[in-house]
Amino acid sequence: MTSSQRIASAPPDAEPPLISLAGLTRRFGDRLAVDDVSFSVGRGEVVGLVGPNGAGKTTAMRMVAGFLPPSAGRAAIAGIDVVERPVAAQARLGYLPEGAPAWGEMTPEGLLRFVAAAHGLTGAARRRRLDGAVALTGLDAVRRQRIDTLSKGYRRRVALAAALVHDPPALILDEPTDGLDPAQRQLVRRTIRGLADDKAVIVSTHALDEVTAVCDRVVVLAAGRLVADDRPEVLAARVGGGSLEAAFLALTGAGGPAPGRRHRSGA
Amino acid sequence: MSAPARRKTRYSRRPVAAAGPGARIGRAAVALRAWARPIGAVVGRELASYLATPLAAVFIVVFLLASAVATFELGRFFERGRADLEPFFRFHPWLYLWLAPAFAMRLWAEDRRVGTIELLLTLPIGPARAVIGKFLAAWLMAAVALALTVPLWLTVAWLGDPDHGVIAAGYLASLLLAGAYLAIGTAASAATRSQVIAFIAAFAVALALTAPGSTPVVGLIAPWVPDRLVTLLGWFSLEARFAAMVRGVVDPRDGLFLISVIVYFLSLAGLLVARTAHR
Repeated sequence: MTSSQRIASAPPDAEPPLISLAGLTRRFGDRLAVDDVSFSVGRGEVVGLVGPNGAGKTTAMRMVAGFLPPSAGRAAIAGIDVVERPVAAQARLGYLPEGAPAWGEMTPEGLLRFVAAAHGLTGAARRRRLDGAVALTGLDAVRRQRIDTLSKGYRRRVALAAALVHDPPALILDEPTDGLDPAQRQLVRRTIRGLADDKAVIVSTHALDEVTAVCDRVVVLAAGRLVADDRPEVLAARVGGGSLEAAFLALTGAGGPAPGRRHRSGA
Repeated sequence: MSAPARRKTRYSRRPVAAAGPGARIGRAAVALRAWARPIGAVVGRELASYLATPLAAVFIVVFLLASAVATFELGRFFERGRADLEPFFRFHPWLYLWLAPAFAMRLWAEDRRVGTIELLLTLPIGPARAVIGKFLAAWLMAAVALALTVPLWLTVAWLGDPDHGVIAAGYLASLLLAGAYLAIGTAASAATRSQVIAFIAAFAVALALTAPGSTPVVGLIAPWVPDRLVTLLGWFSLEARFAAMVRGVVDPRDGLFLISVIVYFLSLAGLLVARTAHR
């Protein structure tokens, strides 16, 4: 399946975007961590968020998840403003924070039960969703083991399962494949791709091959600013001479021209 | 004929169901339950953590040992030959003063350090309910510790003829007192990622709200300071308020003081979590 087919199957005008950022800005003292970033993600779309370390990826995602208040601009989940109605917005979002934090003394089962309960799920519905999330992320073998005894790969999948357990329409995953071995990476990518049919997904990553593998669109941040928002192959062709890596380096100023060059596709 | 009749019943039924104080209370109860449900989830998670680690068990054992030493050694429980629990309760402020900050110090600081605070606060709960849930779980542990001292009550009842009303009031007062110190500890823990700083800050605040107006300190300073100052210090001392309640002096203001300390420090904790969680 090619990216253009995926986009064709999900017309952007069918409904308001499930995730939207408009002029989103965050200041830490004098430093602008995120500077006037705007883009949106519709149902059926996977958007890869890339950029060098410190480009503002995590800060931007934290604002959309309602963890960090923006200095300016707005973020919305399914049209619900994250600052004005945080609980309603968060109910529709699955969020994997950076580093996949989890309570080490709990079991994956216990953690997922808590997250599901926090989302208002009880009884048989909770059981069903929990089993579904465990199966989807391949946690069956360890579901009753303490999380602090699990390998890094399993821990990341626990946090991923926690983001999925309430079957949210919008997903924000901060480096879901970081620290995984190639086989686990493959599994998580396939999981994300499978979810994308009826969800809007933002995935941040350092692995550009991942962008090509799972993302319909790529948003490039450099020094807090959005410098590109396009389909990966288009971006590679226009800026990188066919290579996404070359495009990335050129756009983010890492060994290429200075940042600030804005590239957007007409579509 | 049947159609107007049906309409009539519909009209007559609707106002009864929609208005009236009973319906309003019913709706409020439903809304309150929906609001409180996530708190239950947070309490459950905290309790699961307490069961998975020896933390709570250690604190309960330390509390039981320390209160036993205080009651029998310092309080001369048997020697005084009176059937009451005054020597047991008398030391509770001085136990909670350091045990509660130690127990509460991890509540938020640990989540900040590990990063689970980001997981917790991006669930559709909001900081207020997260603070309340964590606090209630800790308070429940204090209730368990207190409940384990009930054999002492039974002993007194077997040895003599105590005033059970006063003892029951003493237990209630002690539970409120534990809540007040835990609320102080919660606020301190919400302010930092360092458990050591959380402990020291909570201990300092707890000491300031305990010692100045407390019975032993007042006994020491009373000859040298004006009476009005002693009264003033007593108002703001958890120990002085608690001592009055344990003696069986029923003054709702003492209970209200403890409750307002809980509400004040939990509000502060909520504010700290909401404003500074991401730092």
